Amino acid sequence: MSQKILLNHKEVSIILHRLACQLIENHLDFSNTILIGIQPRGTQLANRLKQILQEEYQIKNIALGFLDITFFRDDFRRGETLEANKTQIDFLVENKKVIFIDDVLYTGRSINAALSAIQSFGRPSEVELLVLIDRRFSRHLPIQPDYRGRQVDAINNEKVVVNWSETTGEDSVELITK
Amino acid sequence: MKELSVNHLLGIKYINENDINLIFETADHFKEVINRPIKKVPSLRDITIANIFFENSTRTKLSFELAQKRLSADVINFAASSSSVTKGETLVDTVNNILSMKVDMVVMRHASPGAAVFLSKNVKASIVNAGDGAHEHPTQALLDAYTIREKLGDVSGKKVVIVGDILHSRVALSNIYSLQKLGAEVRVCGPKTLIPKYIEALGVKVEPNLRKALEWCDVANMLRVQNERLDISYFPSTREYAMQYGLDKKLLDSLNKEIVIMHPGPINRGVEITSDVADSKQSVILNQVENGVAIRMAVIYLLASKIK
Repeated sequence: MSQKILLNHKEVSIILHRLACQLIENHLDFSNTILIGIQPRGTQLANRLKQILQEEYQIKNIALGFLDITFFRDDFRRGETLEANKTQIDFLVENKKVIFIDDVLYTGRSINAALSAIQSFGRPSEVELLVLIDRRFSRHLPIQPDYRGRQVDAINNEKVVVNWSETTGEDSVELITK
Repeated sequence: MKELSVNHLLGIKYINENDINLIFETADHFKEVINRPIKKVPSLRDITIANIFFENSTRTKLSFELAQKRLSADVINFAASSSSVTKGETLVDTVNNILSMKVDMVVMRHASPGAAVFLSKNVKASIVNAGDGAHEHPTQALLDAYTIREKLGDVSGKKVVIVGDILHSRVALSNIYSLQKLGAEVRVCGPKTLIPKYIEALGVKVEPNLRKALEWCDVANMLRVQNERLDISYFPSTREYAMQYGLDKKLLDSLNKEIVIMHPGPINRGVEITSDVADSKQSVILNQVENGVAIRMAVIYLLASKIK
């Protein structure tokens, strides 16, 4: 097993600020926009982006929710038992612009499940996708991100892992080869 | 990943504490789901479930069916009274005929204790016991313990008294197992004729006096007087039962603490509890019904995930 650092602490920080600016460009004051972190690994990225938007760009009242997609996944009974995480969406998404936030976009199946799951909370006027890492060439479905941190070419036995300082001590993105 | 240690839910006796906690954690998620504007998830869209009820039931059957539909399973319902069972077909034959129509899971209520265990040994499907005679009613015990956990934060260390007809009650037996597995202390209270002779072998103390039992407990689970099962007279009259073992507002208010009142339903108002107790803020009877759907969704989801 080998490990390679794709992004270090500083590069992650630069990318997060760029993504925040791109979001502001399209959503201005976020009055009609909702950020949705996809459980489990998109939540940390969503929290971080909200923090940057609030503290560094003084955007107030950003609606942030977390969506668990376990019960909407298409691989139920096809592998190990799936463990759910908490969904926390305390508002309706009816006619709102929703931005899905996840750390790594791989096959696109999670996002497909999230598109079904979000409908339980209303009909959004628009859904966009923001990912930190886009593993291109490995998609199973026609799903592409609207905002991407970094594009990575990784083959199937490789795994892209995003570490956050809140949980592992330092922000970084690693490529692990089995 | 965590999964249940069993392929069937036949009784609380056959599952362990980890299983119960996994069911509770999963039920937490489903409780959130059933409070959404759209209360349905597609997890079980390729699973077919047969609800086979050889005994009457309203809320258990509705609750199971609702749980299955909220999980997007296909559901077929079967009531024994309107079926070929009355023509003499055996239980295994009946169920195998249903299974040959490609059914993955069977939820069964039956008057004979052990019917679910028997079925699990003889047919190829995941079996959920929805009550077998006076033996077990596992989903009721799970939702009762889940409701206590929700109301009091934890089941461990709590004192629960089960009042009424313990002898004929599958709810009592399943509750004793589940509460003890989760670390609660259980006592039973009722007329001597309705307390099984060797109940203390289960680690349960008998308290014949209702007031003393209520003063001891944190939670009182008031069982229904099951008139349909009382083949002989176990107590002189319903009025006398109500006077000795019925819970009224006066008795409840005279206790030196606030206890939680539970009832598995259907209530005989004025017999085991009076209307003002059933509708009081200490009663969690309707919470039990709501939690029943979430618990049954969790049980079905976790069992279905083991069907490969």
